Amino acid sequence: MEISAFVLFWAAIFTGNILLTYFLGMCSYLSISKEIESAFGLGIAVAFVLIVTSALNWLVYYYILFPFGIVYLQYIVFIIVIAAFVQFLELVIERYTPALYYSLGIFLPLITVNCAILGVGLFMIIRKYSFIQTLAFSAGSGIGWLLAILMLAGIRRKLKEKMVPAGLRGAGISLIITGIMALGFIGFSGIVQIQ
Amino acid sequence: MTKKEIFINATFKDNAIWRQILGICSALAVTNLMLNSLIMGLGVIFTLAMAGMTISFIRAWTPRSVRMMVQVLIIAAYVIIVDIFLKANMPVISKQLGPYVGLIITNCILMGRAEAFASQNKVMDSLVDGIGSGIGYTMVLLLISFIRELFGFGSIFGFRIMGDWWTAWSIMVMAPSAFFILAMLIWIINTYYYKVKA
Repeated sequence: MEISAFVLFWAAIFTGNILLTYFLGMCSYLSISKEIESAFGLGIAVAFVLIVTSALNWLVYYYILFPFGIVYLQYIVFIIVIAAFVQFLELVIERYTPALYYSLGIFLPLITVNCAILGVGLFMIIRKYSFIQTLAFSAGSGIGWLLAILMLAGIRRKLKEKMVPAGLRGAGISLIITGIMALGFIGFSGIVQIQ
Repeated sequence: MTKKEIFINATFKDNAIWRQILGICSALAVTNLMLNSLIMGLGVIFTLAMAGMTISFIRAWTPRSVRMMVQVLIIAAYVIIVDIFLKANMPVISKQLGPYVGLIITNCILMGRAEAFASQNKVMDSLVDGIGSGIGYTMVLLLISFIRELFGFGSIFGFRIMGDWWTAWSIMVMAPSAFFILAMLIWIINTYYYKVKA
């Protein structure tokens, strides 16, 4: 299976958006999308962690787990790599850029349990991506997730003063907006295709 | 609280999906077929019950600073058991569920129940809470997948029940319908079960 990294990058953003097509990272997507600023901060943090940990996990999988025949440990190893990297990032940011830490710090623990991060790691193994493909796929996925949460935050700000049925406020209306966004993104399918 | 109250609370009153809005990822992703939803639900019930019990059992010896890491590792261990079992006994379904079995680890329900219940309560209570939350989750999954499979494929659990005249709604198999159906479900529950008023 040889898809060029370029195609994979665009496909991960538009036709196979990690959130709108594969439903990954919904929990923090729904809860941190009230303000555009915090949505942007979280989105950037997720995209960054996604790219670095996917690359690390690829190396760990093909140079440690696979040669030793212990691939069944991949879930535990992947989640340890992700948690350790997030912890490390937290220390570094706190030490060198306190300003960034105060705006981003609260999101960092949330990132470990964001399904999008582990999800991309599992997708790259199942689809047997090469290292370059993995980089492109994870960069596209991160940007796609950032795009989705920014769009939702923008729409929710406009909705604040609008009349929404009482039972639909909060999660309900966010899900309907997301559904409409997903419907819109189906319009991109056919431009590039991955599977 | 008696065991029965814990169970009812976990399954209905504090249902993970419609009340706490947790575990939405897999609730949307695997619900285009009822069989997949059932298997996924059973996997989550097993993991919730066993991880809840284990976390509750060692809660006195777990330092607070590393408890998140400990909880994640315990959950991951049980998810590996589920994954290996599925790969060995149901290879087709295991393939269809793809990464979503592994993603039970980061399913917010697991961490949510571990943090909110199992790390503070007795072992047997945590077991009941885990089973209750799992059944509540499975129930919602089956409900959503019933609608999606019936309209999307004209079948239930793979058995065709709509006649040849039925034209499958392909939108029901695709992503947007999952968002819409879950939103409708939350709306109905909020209005008639919790009686939310403006």
